[in-house]
Amino acid sequence: MDVVDIKEKWTNQINTVTIGAKPDEGGTRTSTVTVGGETTLPFLTFEGDIPNRPVIAGMVTDVVPDGWPDILKQAIGDEINSPVEWAQKCVEQYKVDLISLKLIAPDPGGQKRSPAEAAKTVKAVLEAVGVPLIFWGCGDEDTDNEVLPECSQAARGERCLIGSATESNYRTLGAIGTADKHKVIAEAPVDINIGKQVNILLQDAGFSLNDVVMCQVTAALGYGFDYVYTIFERVRIAGLKGDKLMALPQIANVGWETWKVKEALQDDDILPGWGKLADRGPLWETTAATGYLHAGADILTLAHPQSIATMRQAIDELMAAH
Amino acid sequence: MNFIGERINTGFKDIKQAVMDKDPGPLQDWAKKQAAAGATYLDVNLGAVSADPADMCWMIETVQGAVETAICIDTNKPKILAEAIKACRPGMLINSTTAADEKLDAMMPIAAEHNASIIGLSMDEAGTPKDVDKRVENAGKILAKAMELGMEPQRVFLDPIVMPLKYMQDQSQRILEAARQFQLFSDPPPNVVLGLSNVSNGTTHKKLINRIFLVMGIANGVSAAICDVMDMDLVNAALTAELVMNREIFADSYVRT
Repeated sequence: MDVVDIKEKWTNQINTVTIGAKPDEGGTRTSTVTVGGETTLPFLTFEGDIPNRPVIAGMVTDVVPDGWPDILKQAIGDEINSPVEWAQKCVEQYKVDLISLKLIAPDPGGQKRSPAEAAKTVKAVLEAVGVPLIFWGCGDEDTDNEVLPECSQAARGERCLIGSATESNYRTLGAIGTADKHKVIAEAPVDINIGKQVNILLQDAGFSLNDVVMCQVTAALGYGFDYVYTIFERVRIAGLKGDKLMALPQIANVGWETWKVKEALQDDDILPGWGKLADRGPLWETTAATGYLHAGADILTLAHPQSIATMRQAIDELMAAH
Repeated sequence: MNFIGERINTGFKDIKQAVMDKDPGPLQDWAKKQAAAGATYLDVNLGAVSADPADMCWMIETVQGAVETAICIDTNKPKILAEAIKACRPGMLINSTTAADEKLDAMMPIAAEHNASIIGLSMDEAGTPKDVDKRVENAGKILAKAMELGMEPQRVFLDPIVMPLKYMQDQSQRILEAARQFQLFSDPPPNVVLGLSNVSNGTTHKKLINRIFLVMGIANGVSAAICDVMDMDLVNAALTAELVMNREIFADSYVRT
């Protein structure tokens, strides 16, 4: 029996954002990544246009995060100790679309490295790979307000995507984005109203929403995943219905959040009956990523090579379905 | 909420003079001010100043030279519309047709052909109805015609026809009831538009009456208004009403300044 497609008619299109600048655009990237532009919900290609497929950002950190499990570190290999080599491996072997570099070394609760060192890392990664770069601060706002401007300047003209503008530091992010020609991530703490609010604040501060990618603090599976999923979906529906403040591409920071939770850290000696961590860890990352993909994520950050491979295949199949 | 800026109309002396002198200044000035205030559409009305479509095209091109905001072509003359619509960038709104056969048959195909939206006044050959049922009947006829020509219901902005509160006090609640019933025509429903300033005609407290009537309209399904978009009290009252009706996602800084 034929099942008739039920088509929704949406009135608005999601903004497109291009990350990375080639030499003729003032940067040095060999490729760029464009996200957004949808006129329908994820993968409903029979209903509207999805001009740009969702992309995978390979997660890299400047120093190895505390507490990451051996199964993840071993899967990445020795390159994990050098952000440059790790990024190169992401591009050459894992075939990621872009790099997502998390700058945790300056964290005042950690290694307290200087903003200049962080900027050097950003510069080195940009020199080592040709794909576009996302870079994030450590999350401590005072520190980020010093680190991100210096990194932004070091990457001037490369049209990076910088994370992240919040309700309290949006002015800094808007200013460096404008000055150094970067894109900005607007982040909210699992709260759709604050998500909209940060966008309004950035816009009122003179930063164009055409240069913004939205982000919710991305819950790992089992840690509020359903809340964040719903927000991604509501943001996308509001955007498609005509709310220009919500018609923005979205990023799900899956890798960073997954490798903190016990289900992705502890093996079956501590969690009997949960199966081997070597399989379960990447599965935990992949399952959350698949959910966010269906909820409207345009960019997924992923850490485990197996998760990256699985998600690339999933995106291939979903985009080829129609 | 669709705010249709009413100010580029030869009913205003500065615009009338500018059109006669072909002086782009005042038109572009009002275009920029209304766009900055958040207008969704800019109404452009040649009025009785001229019957030459070229004058209407000049107005539209002048406005489009200043801002990106979509145009609302305000004319009831099919001949002017046919030319003016060619001068517009995509996304335009036509103001307006009625349910009178002659008008409907002339205007609606132009809207369909150019992928435009259109305002449909719920009146017919007999004039403006005094009751709810006739308003609904006329509006239904307009929407049916549009859908027959393949237009989505959201491209039709049904107007229950606002009457002056001061002179026809019994009409206001009928207008609101008609607006409510327009929602029942289709899913998704058509847009519902008010020509707002008419409600406060001849009154002392114009702004207050406009504001309250728009808020009550929104509670009854109104999604658009031809109004003074520079009146921030009006705009912010409307935005608040939309939040109350859960049509927009809340954010602390939702008001416009």
